[in-house]
Amino acid sequence: MNKVVAGPAEAVQDISDGATILLGGFGLCGIPENCIASLVKKGVKNLTCVSNNAGVDDFGIGLLLQQKQVKKMISSYVGENAEFERQLLSGELQVELIPQGTLATRCLAAGYGMPAIFTPAGVGTEVAAGKEVRTFNGKDYLLEYAFDADFAIVKAWKGDTMGNLIFHATARNFNPLMAMAGKITIAEVEELVPAGELDPDAIHTPGIYVQRIFQGTNYEKRIEQRTVTRR
Amino acid sequence: MSLTKEQIAQRIARELRHGYYVNLGIGIPTLVANYIPTGMDVVLQSENGLLGMGPFPFEGEEDPDLINAGKQTITTVKGSVFFDSAVSFGMIRAGKVDLTVLGAMEVSDQGDIANWKIPGKMVKGMGGAMDLVASARNIIVAMMHTNPKGESKLLRACTLPLTGVRCVKKIVTDLAVLEVTPTGFLLLERAPGVSVEEIQSKTAGRLTIQGEVPEIVF
Repeated sequence: MNKVVAGPAEAVQDISDGATILLGGFGLCGIPENCIASLVKKGVKNLTCVSNNAGVDDFGIGLLLQQKQVKKMISSYVGENAEFERQLLSGELQVELIPQGTLATRCLAAGYGMPAIFTPAGVGTEVAAGKEVRTFNGKDYLLEYAFDADFAIVKAWKGDTMGNLIFHATARNFNPLMAMAGKITIAEVEELVPAGELDPDAIHTPGIYVQRIFQGTNYEKRIEQRTVTRR
Repeated sequence: MSLTKEQIAQRIARELRHGYYVNLGIGIPTLVANYIPTGMDVVLQSENGLLGMGPFPFEGEEDPDLINAGKQTITTVKGSVFFDSAVSFGMIRAGKVDLTVLGAMEVSDQGDIANWKIPGKMVKGMGGAMDLVASARNIIVAMMHTNPKGESKLLRACTLPLTGVRCVKKIVTDLAVLEVTPTGFLLLERAPGVSVEEIQSKTAGRLTIQGEVPEIVF
């Protein structure tokens, strides 16, 4: 059971125009930098990207937006990206903004084999437009469907050759959820170890959810808001 | 004198109780962390996946993998725990978070809140705000009483796209502390030196005044 591929180019080679991709990360924290760079290089177009944020102008998903490779973004917060806002207001880019917890739970549902969930988030707002509402114990909930995505691309701290993953700190965020939700899941990791070296009790994502894994290189890990305490 | 942003945060900190799990939004709400009374056990939740958020790191000790929901570098405190975004919003949805403090562009006298979108102008998104306001047991809004044009942000009904309906319990502005009741806003306290008349003139929603309204004392 060896899922190791040579690198990001091989990992994304069958992602073609029009694909739907789940991309892990929160802001620029825990994003799959190597695979994004390979998608930019490959020039694949008309992508539907599901990701909590859309990167910044010159990093993360912002790089795909710059090259006009994205047809549609499904995100919860996109406030840090001027090019994104320009493409949205000019109508070049389709955008579906959804609550962050809804985004997370629609991934979870896909990974759990459940077609839909009920959530109170967005009841009474424009997010609820056209959606089924059910009342449980006197409170209204929206029906939201599990994501149906061709690929998930995630970034982990450590992984093994069987695809088991461990995340670090708040770089975990959406990564384990998206890993569970993709039909084909690609994991790039900072450190790839032989199977058997990770503590089974410490693994966050079981390797059964991961189809391809490789050790990434040259992680920039850019910080969006560097805030410090004076000594 | 109207309250500074720090004073708004300081006043909201008085709503904290021992043992509370608290989610603080971006902006003024973040400042509340600076005024947690010494000795009070309060655990801060950051919805990107952390319970036990600590202060900003010392220079040189920033970890790009350790940020808060505002994407700022942070630290953890004793007893902290990391989790994924589904667990994070699971604990929010399940009502485990005792208090949510967030900013707003508008609040209605029914407790509706708008804070995520200005049609045709600002497209940022709701982030976790819709999940938080739909489920939190206690929601306090921290905001300025009026917008930069001087118009009231406390309205009979919100004009901007809603984030949530009938959810806000209390509002602390630069001029006053107000509670949302079935009959509209109830004026609880006023900023030092700010008159009831000024608050009335800057509140567009229904406002009830009961007896003598005390000044906030710092």
